Amino acid sequence: MSVTFLGMPADRPFPRNAARAVRDSQLRFNLRKATGTIRARRAGVVAEAPDWAELREAGKAIKEHTLRNLDRYLVQLEEAVTAAGGRVHWAAGAAEANRIVADLVKATGETEVVKVKSMATQEIGLNEALLEHGITAYETDLAELIVQLGDDRPSHILVPAIHRNRAEIREVFAEHMSGWGRPAPDDLTDDPAALAEAARLHLRERFLKTKVAISGANFAIAETGTMVVLESEGNGRMCLTLPRTLISVVGIEKVLPSWRDLEVFLQLLPRSSTGERMNPYTSMWTGAAEGQEFHLVLLDNGRTGVLADEVGRQALRCIRCSACLNVCPVYERTGGHAYGSVYPGPIGAILTPQLRGMGSELDRSLPYASSLCGACYEVCPVAIDIPSVLVDLRSRARHSWPERAGMAAAGWVFERQGRLAALQRAGGRLRRFVPRRLPGPLGRWTDTRDLPEVPRESFRDWWDRTDGGRR
Amino acid sequence: MSSRDLILNRVRRALAGVPDVEIARAYRGPTSAPGDIRLFEQRVRDYRAVVHVVDEAGVADRVARSLAGRGARRVVVPAGFPSAWSAAEGVAAIADDPPLSAAGLDEVDGVLTTCAVAIAETGTIVLDAGPGQGRRALSLVPDYHLCVVRAARIVAGVPDAVARLDPTRPLTWISGPSATSDIELNRIEGVHGPRTLEVLIVT
Repeated sequence: MSVTFLGMPADRPFPRNAARAVRDSQLRFNLRKATGTIRARRAGVVAEAPDWAELREAGKAIKEHTLRNLDRYLVQLEEAVTAAGGRVHWAAGAAEANRIVADLVKATGETEVVKVKSMATQEIGLNEALLEHGITAYETDLAELIVQLGDDRPSHILVPAIHRNRAEIREVFAEHMSGWGRPAPDDLTDDPAALAEAARLHLRERFLKTKVAISGANFAIAETGTMVVLESEGNGRMCLTLPRTLISVVGIEKVLPSWRDLEVFLQLLPRSSTGERMNPYTSMWTGAAEGQEFHLVLLDNGRTGVLADEVGRQALRCIRCSACLNVCPVYERTGGHAYGSVYPGPIGAILTPQLRGMGSELDRSLPYASSLCGACYEVCPVAIDIPSVLVDLRSRARHSWPERAGMAAAGWVFERQGRLAALQRAGGRLRRFVPRRLPGPLGRWTDTRDLPEVPRESFRDWWDRTDGGRR
Repeated sequence: MSSRDLILNRVRRALAGVPDVEIARAYRGPTSAPGDIRLFEQRVRDYRAVVHVVDEAGVADRVARSLAGRGARRVVVPAGFPSAWSAAEGVAAIADDPPLSAAGLDEVDGVLTTCAVAIAETGTIVLDAGPGQGRRALSLVPDYHLCVVRAARIVAGVPDAVARLDPTRPLTWISGPSATSDIELNRIEGVHGPRTLEVLIVT
C-alpha cells in the first residue's frame, strides 16, 4: 500500500505538497471518482428545492446576525444548557480544551472513550492529548476509523478517508483492526457492504460497553440549549445515547439564536454535504438527556481573532458541509493532505491562515491554492465569498522581492499618464525585439502562455493622430 | 481572568461598531396543509426502506406479517404503543420496564415504535421519546425498526416539523436505514443503526 501521504509535514508550502500529490495517479483517480459522484448528487437535490436561493440567503443572514451578537448568544446558550442540567466549560485555546476534556474523563475513572466524528476535536489534537493522560479515544465514524487504523491523516471535512479506495480500505482493516479490538473477518473482501459490516462488528461491543463519549455538534441553539448532531451511520447515536457521560467540544461559532433557525440549516446542510434530502440520522438533545451527564466545552482557539477581521470573519459562517471541496478543481487534483491542515480545500485555504496566522511558508502559500474560479462561492450554502477572502489574504502575505519590485515599477509607471505614454512609445519602437519566450526563470510563465503582442501604436496615440478615426 | 471572560471580551472587542443584519425569511415556511402521503411514501422508499400503506383495521395484520417475514420472535414494544397492533402470534412483546441493558437490546430481533412527526418532502420520521416511542436507544440498537406512522402525523416539509416539535425532548430524526457514504462516496445501507427500516403508513 502507498504510504506517500502519511505524516505529510506541514512546514512545506502548498505548491511542493501539491506537486507531490498530483504525481500519484491512484490518488487522483480516487478523488476524481469520489468528488464527481458527490457533485452530481448535490446538484440533483439542490435543484429539487424550489427555494434554495432564499434558504441560502436566510442561512447567510442568520449566521451573520449570530456572529454580530455572539457574546449575547453564547451567554444565553450557557444559561439554557445549565438550566437543563448540563455543565458548560470555556476553553480559550487547544491546550485548555484538551485539559478540560482529559480532567472530565479522568473524573469518571474511565480510560477509554468513544468518539463521534468532530472537526473541533481534530483541530485541537484531542486524541493525542488524551493518550498522554493514558486515555484511548476510539474513532467510530467509518472514515475516521479508516484514518485511525491506518495511522493516516484526514483529507476531507466530511469523508476524511476520501483519498482511499475500497481495496486500500480492505487492506487497512485486514491489517490493523486486530490491534484495536475485534479483528476483521478472514475472508474480508473489498465490497463496500462487506467493509461496512466489518466496521459494524468491530465497533459493536465497544459501543455497548464504553461509558464516556466525546462529540462535537453541528449546531447549538442558544434559545433552548439544544445540541444538534447530523450523521449517517448510527455511530453518532450510539455515542450520544448509550454512554453515561457525554462531552461535546463545540466551536463558539456553532451557536444559532433560535430553535426555528434549524428549519433553514436542516435543509441547507444535508443537501450540500452528502447530497441527500436528509441525512439518515439527526440527534437533538437538551442538557442532561435521559439521565446522562452532559458537558459542553465551548472552544475559541483563534475564532475571536477571525471574528475581528472585517473581510475574513465570514469564514466563521461555515457549517462544514464540504461542498466547496467537492467542486474545487485544485482540491480534486491535490487532495486534502497538501493543505497541511484539518481544514483542506477552499474553506481551509481561508480558515487555516486566519486561525493559525501566516507565520509559516505553508500558511502564506494557502491563499494561492486556488485559481479563483469561484465555484466554491457558488455552492456555499451560507454564501461565503471565498475568492474575495483569498484575494484579501494574498494582499497580506509577504510577497517575494521580484514581485514587489515589479509591482513598484508598475505603480510608478501608471502613476503619471506621461510615463505610461513614453513607455508605450518605446515599446512600440522596440517591438521587434520582444522575445517569444521570456529569458531565465521568467520563461516558466511563457512555457504555457503566449506573450501579448505589443502594438505599433497605443490607443491614445492613435486617437490623437486620427481624431478618433475621423482623419 | 477566567477563560469565559477572556473569550467574551475578545468577542466584544472584535464586534465593536459592527452593524447588525436583517434576516429575510423568504423561503417556504411552515404551512397548515397536511403532508402528501404519496410523496412521503415515495421519499421513504428512495432511502431503500420498506414501506406499506394500510388502513387502521389492517395495521395488526401487517405488523404480524412483517415480523413473521423476518422471523422476528422477540421485539421491544415501548410503553404507549397500541397493544392491539403488537399482538402478533408467536411474537414476544418485550417491555422496556425495567430498562433493558444495551447488551439486552442487542439480543432482541427488532423494535416497534410510533413517531411524533413525519416529513413528506424528505421522507423523514422524527421520534421524541413520547408514547409508543420509548427512549432513544430502543430504535437504535436492534437491527430492525418498524415504525407505524399515522397519516395525521405527516407534515409537508422541514419547517413544519420544526414548528411541531418540542426541543426540550430528546429528538431523533430518521431518514431511511443506517447508511454510509464513506467508501468512495457511494451510499451503502446498513452500518451501526438498524439495517432494516420498515415504515407502515396508516391512512
